Parts: sequence; structure tokens; C-alpha cells
Amino acid sequence: MSDVLSRSGESGPSLSRRSFLAVSSAAGSGLLLGLTLPAGRAEAASAGSFAPNAFVRIGSDGTVVLTMPYVEMGQGTYTAIPMLIAEELEIGLNDIRLEHAPPNEKLYVNPLLGVQATGNSNAVRGAWKPLREAGAAARIMLVGAAAKRWGVDPATCRAENGRVLHDASQRRLTYAELALEAASLPVPASIPLKPASAFKLIGTPAKRLDTAGKVNGTAVYGIDARPPGLKFATLAQCPVFGGRLKHVDDTAAKAVSGVRQIVRLDDAVAVVADHMGAAKKGLAALVIEWDDGPNAALSTQAIADDLGNATLKPGTVAQLIGEPDKAMAQAATRIDAIYEVPFLAHATMEPMNCTVHLRQDACDIWIGSQAVARVQAMAAKAAGLPVEKVAVHNHLIGGGFGRRLEADGAVRAVEIAKQVDGPVKVVWTREEDIQHDMYRPYWLDRISAGFDDKGRPVAWINRFAGPSVIARWLPPAFQNGLDPDSTEAAIDLPYDLPNFRVEFVRREPPGIPTAFWRSVGPSHNVFVTESFTDEMAAAVKQDAVAFRRSLLGKSPRARAVLDLAAEKAGWGAALPERHGRGVALQHAFASDLAVVAEVEVAVDGTVRVRRVVCAIDCGTVVNPDTVEAQLQGGVIFGATAALYGEVTIRQGRVEQTNFDSYQIMRMNEAPAVEVHIVKNTEPPGGIGETGTSAIVPAIANAIFAATGTRLRKMPVQANLLKAAR
Amino acid sequence: MLFSININGERRRVDVDDDTPLLWVLRDVLGMTGTKFGCGAALCGACTVHIDGVATRSCVTPIDSVGTSQVTTIETIGETPAGARIQKAWLEREVVQCGYCQSGQIMSATALLSQNPNPSDADIDDAMSGNICRCGTYPRIRAAIKLAAQSGRQGG
Repeated sequence: MSDVLSRSGESGPSLSRRSFLAVSSAAGSGLLLGLTLPAGRAEAASAGSFAPNAFVRIGSDGTVVLTMPYVEMGQGTYTAIPMLIAEELEIGLNDIRLEHAPPNEKLYVNPLLGVQATGNSNAVRGAWKPLREAGAAARIMLVGAAAKRWGVDPATCRAENGRVLHDASQRRLTYAELALEAASLPVPASIPLKPASAFKLIGTPAKRLDTAGKVNGTAVYGIDARPPGLKFATLAQCPVFGGRLKHVDDTAAKAVSGVRQIVRLDDAVAVVADHMGAAKKGLAALVIEWDDGPNAALSTQAIADDLGNATLKPGTVAQLIGEPDKAMAQAATRIDAIYEVPFLAHATMEPMNCTVHLRQDACDIWIGSQAVARVQAMAAKAAGLPVEKVAVHNHLIGGGFGRRLEADGAVRAVEIAKQVDGPVKVVWTREEDIQHDMYRPYWLDRISAGFDDKGRPVAWINRFAGPSVIARWLPPAFQNGLDPDSTEAAIDLPYDLPNFRVEFVRREPPGIPTAFWRSVGPSHNVFVTESFTDEMAAAVKQDAVAFRRSLLGKSPRARAVLDLAAEKAGWGAALPERHGRGVALQHAFASDLAVVAEVEVAVDGTVRVRRVVCAIDCGTVVNPDTVEAQLQGGVIFGATAALYGEVTIRQGRVEQTNFDSYQIMRMNEAPAVEVHIVKNTEPPGGIGETGTSAIVPAIANAIFAATGTRLRKMPVQANLLKAAR
Repeated sequence: MLFSININGERRRVDVDDDTPLLWVLRDVLGMTGTKFGCGAALCGACTVHIDGVATRSCVTPIDSVGTSQVTTIETIGETPAGARIQKAWLEREVVQCGYCQSGQIMSATALLSQNPNPSDADIDDAMSGNICRCGTYPRIRAAIKLAAQSGRQGG
């Protein structure tokens, strides 16, 4: 069996196996987080064990190994998914081992995406039925094996805490004792699942299973991979996307002690060395000349202007209700606005990295990926090898946020590895990570609302322009000019709007690669729709909560979270000068969320988010502590974007480089975040990204309440708030 | 150049350039990967270690500046009373999400608690604002530091 804490198969020159184990046991957890086993060893390990499906393996030695089809990047999947399995398998969460799933689109497909990937806040939604069934099928077979041995009806047996019991005869057998017999039984065709009333684990604040190694330094991320003979590389890529390497003088770099090799690619240079310190020093010593290529003059403003022009012409209709043009023409009053959101970098704390050992006929890849099968396929193509010759060893992920749904880093590392003898770990500097990200798109909306003479909204027309990440990443999901991500939360609003049209104009920016980001589509759409809804309330001189509430006749769950958030936030209570409360209501990722933000705007325009109250209805809650943690974190991620987040392009180059120019919210700026959960037994909704999108308009609306200034472009610009009032 | 440095109570000999950051000596030369690379410019705190008990960004600490000082990393911080209390509080308050920054957070928090057994919110802001957490675990980090301080006062 694998044991990640021994770092098997890796050379740890300083820390012996013994010292790692000593450290790990000091943390006091029974859990060992297993690395994906190399294929040969996986087979060896499964001999003498019961593996009724791709997720559960019970050894005759009592080991329970659960293979995780969704990755752990902080969102708590490696606790929620085991909870789903354990609930039906009737085991505790202690003393189980978790394994990263290897690439296999068939076994480990995300049913909601159609590929093996973790994203869109849908792991629990995708796993809800199949993973409980996986646990239940195993339990049914173990019970069957016990009943057979005892010669009794399986219906008279029950499973509890890793054992099968026959109460009438007071007999019991452990799963370990039953594993081999269970393995010979057929997998049941019908798998009944527990009713919610019988849940023991689901709904409890179970402790995370991945924390011990994360507080004592033994957790292994992709960047920590150390196959024997490893060399270390870092790289410089052409600062203008689409440019080429013209010339490089590597004389000084080669003279750096520890530098082994300079690798030239069409649009990049890498320095391979004995350690990253030497590689970085070597990189700094290179004299590189770039051919900037066709995007050398590109600027953010040019992209924004293009999007603005694109919204002057009709786009693809994403949703149409009633007769919006006619209603708008007949409206007593109307308001119009243009909204914009910037390019954003992911800035995961673990910089992009990938370790590759490429041989003539095979390749091993060590990485932390949200989409390992994609990595395998694209790396195989880059390596010129059949897919099955590329082994991908996945790891814990030091921040995903959509960045690690992409395989560009693995492809780049393979390109470098092609010129390197032996394994090489390619680590992006923070500057390369930020300047060669694939960015949350820039979007621009032209939006209008009409009211009747009583101030009731009668028309809503929104036309927005931007790229389609889905069209590139998951082409089958891009249909008839539309994709489900770009339009999420721009359409299917919770509000009663009798005449409504949303149009999408697809525009791919030249020279700027775009990708998913935490909350992607909703990170744009909720800012626009909830800021504009706030404008509508102000236009008809209504309270922001009361106005929304009057439009929620068809959305009782949304109304309930709005009421709860308003109540808990003390909506309407007096605040000091230049303080304000703002609300946002969101239906996205199959959950309803209301957020109230309280801000203080200093005389110099600086915004401080003081307090955030969230009320969430995400259906059945698997782990309420994770729901709270994800909302706290999601809100802070979104608040970072609202206050600071902006990637800008000048002369084709990303201007931001590191955490000084791409600012991230810190401890001294972080608001208190309260989370209130509406409990029910509806199917589970998503949670990981919800707070990120909802907090942005809540902050903008709170700034309006504090200053009277409406911000229609993110991030917040302090200079617009100085002279206000 | 050959250096002999004291890391976690052991003498370690490494042969690197004198300006090599301690971070890469730890991670790449010695294979102690608990200390993380985040920015390379002392902007994020992921690489924080203790040098003679003081929280220090190893990514900008040249190896030749270490001299005879004692370097302590996340791998053994749990052997100190403050470090053990911080780690325990981190688990009890379920601070961790992706976990990548948490080695550095724990090293900064341990240094704070060692020097100030009863930190105020302002003290926590001062000591911890050099450590970025992209997952936004700040509210729980604050709560965990307070819990660790409390358990210290109770002799726990």
C-alpha cells in the first residue's frame, strides 16, 4: 500500500522515512493520505482486497482505501466525499486512507461536466448519488458475505462501524474478515440509499481529513515531488503572448554554480539547475531578446473598446421572456448603464509547477491538477507518446480556483523535459505565474431597465460581450453561440421580470488567454445584475432589500435567505457617516445566497469591509463547517477582487508581477464573516464559489450607500470616492 | 561554497553559492519541503522559518547570513511549547483549506505567541499581515491564535 508520508519512490536526502513518520504520527491522526499508486503497485495492492468499484477498497488486513474522484484544493472535498461513502458503508472517518484518483475519464468522470475534472462547485452535487451508492454497494456485499457464512437471511444482518452484526445470534464479523468473501459476490443491481432521517455523518461538522499533514509540513503538493535524480528548472516566457524568442546570450547564466543547462523553446527559455536558487540566479543572468510578435501594441483599453463596440450589435439571445423591446418603449422611465469587470489572475499560493520524467517510451508527471485526464492527454500529445504511456501522479493542490483545470503548465514542462536527461521539476516564479496566467475574462455589459408609472420594473435588457472559456475548454458544451458558464446568473434570475432579454456577444480578446476562475461566469454576472438591481431600487426610491423582496414571488428560497441575511445584519439600523450596508442576492451553482456587506469609506477613498453576513440555502448540507469555511474564504477571495483585483495590459504585457502589484487581502484587512445556513433536505447545491461572486456587488452597493457613488467598473477606485458627499 | 548550518538542532553541510536563499537550501538541497515557495520577494510569508526564534522569510535570506544561528522549520516547530499549542489550535479551529500557506502562517503565529503570550487583535494583525492566505482563512487563523493563547494561559 502506498504511504505518502514516507514519500515512497522519492529521494528525500535529508528527511529519512523514519523522521517523516515520526512527524506525521506526532500530529495524532490515523489518516494517511495516499499518493496515487503507480499502476503496477496498485495491482499488487488490490490483490487480497475487496474492491467492488473504483472508489472503495477494503483489505483483508482491515485497511479501507477510498479513491477520490474529485481533487482537494482546500474546498473540503477530501472530507465531504469520504462522508458520503462512509455514510452508506457504515464506517467511521478515522482510520481510512485516501488516494488521489489516477487519470481515467470513464471511472472518474464528473457526471455534471462529462469529463474528469473538479470545478464549478459541483463535486458534492456530482458525487451525491454515485458515491453514496459506491459505499452502499460495498456494504450490501459485505453483509451478503456475512449472511452467507452464517447461513442467515441478509435482511436479518446489519452493518455498523466496519462490522456486520447478526443481532439474533449475537454474531459479528469485521469487514476485514469478510473482504475476500465479499469480493466473490456479484455487485448488487439495485442499491437503495438511506433516507435523510437516517444520516449519521451527513450534516455533521466532521473534522477535515487532510489537516494533520498541512499543519506539520508533511503534506505533499505537486511542487514537493522529488523523484530520484531530480533537477530543478525555472523559466522566462515571452512577455507578450504570441511573441517568440529571438536571441539569448547564456554565457553568464552558464557560469552560475549549479546551473546545468539552458533550454531554448520557441517562445521561452528555461534554466535547469541543481536547485531552484541556482536556476533563478541563472535565469536572471540570461540576456534575452524577444520578438514581441503581433500583440505588441495591445492594451486593456483597446480590449475594453472592442467589447464596448461589440455590444452595439445584437448577440445570441440567452434568455427571452415576454416582449422586452415593446415594454421598454412603453416604459414610463428607464435607466441605462455600462458595467465592466477586469482580467483577473488566479495567484494560487502554490505557484504553477510540474515535474516531468520523460523517457523514449514513457513519461511520468507529478502535478497538482483539477483535471488529471486532461493533463495526461495534452502531455501525451506534447511528448509524442500514446496516452497510456503517460502516468500522472496527482497531489494535494495549493490553490486551484480554475487555474489547475488547465494543462498548459504540464505541456510547457514536457517541452522542457524533452531536452533534459532525467526528471525535471519546472517551477514558475511568482512573476511568471502572474504574467503567464490564463485570466478571468474582461467582460462588458450594456444593461437597461424600464419602469411603469408606479415604479414597477417592466423591462430588463442586458447585452454583454466577452470570451467563452467553455468553447475552448469543453467544446461540446458550447452550443448555438452560448455556453452555460458565461451566462450563469445573468439568466434565470430569481426576480419576477415580465419582459426580459439577455444577449451574449462572444468576443475572444487577441493575445490574452482566458480561463475559468473562482466563480467565473457568476463572478461577472452577479456583480452586474445585483449592482443594477440596486440602481433600480434607488431609481424608484425604494429600500434595496424591500425592492428585491417585492420581486421574489416565484423564489421562496431566495426570499428566505434575503430575509435571514437582512435580519442578522441589522438591515436598516443606523451607521456612522461614510459607513454603508449593501446587499446582494444570488442564485448560482444551484444554491441561493444573500450577502450583506458593511463598509467604511475613508476620507481618502480607501474602502474597508468591516463585516459580512451571509445566509445560504445550499440544500442538504454534507458538512456545515465546510460550508461556513467556504463562505468565509469565498467572500474574502471576492472582496480581494472587488478592492484590488485587476490585471492590466500595456504594450501587450501584463503589468502586474508579484503580490506588491497584484494585491491580495491580508489579515489586517479581512472582515468578520458570519454564515447562517438555512437547513432543508433539498438536493445539495454548490458552495465553494458562491461567496466570491455575491460579495462583489454587496461591497459596491454598500459603497453606494456610504457615499452615493455608484461603481460600475471593478475593482474599486479610491479616487472616485474621495470627493463624494 | 561549503556551509555548515544548524537546522532543527542538526548540523547540515551544503555546498551552494553564498547568496543562495535559505528557502532553496531547505527545499531543494535538503529535501525539507514543508517550507513553501510563494513569491520569492518576502511579500507572502509562505517561506517563513525561525532564525533564533525570529520569524524570517527564508526566500530572501542568503545562506551566508545564517552563520551559527539556529534555524527552525515547520518540520520541528511542534516540538516547541508555542508551536505545539498553535498546531493544536489550528486543528481544533479547522483553520486549514488548501494548506499551502499554513506552514508559514504557523511559523509566524508561533513566533508571535512565543514573544507575546496574550496577543490583542492589533498584535495579531501586526504579526500575521505579512502572510497571505489565498483561501481566506484569516478569521479562523485569528480564532486559533486566540485559542492557543488561552490554552497557554491555562497551562495546556
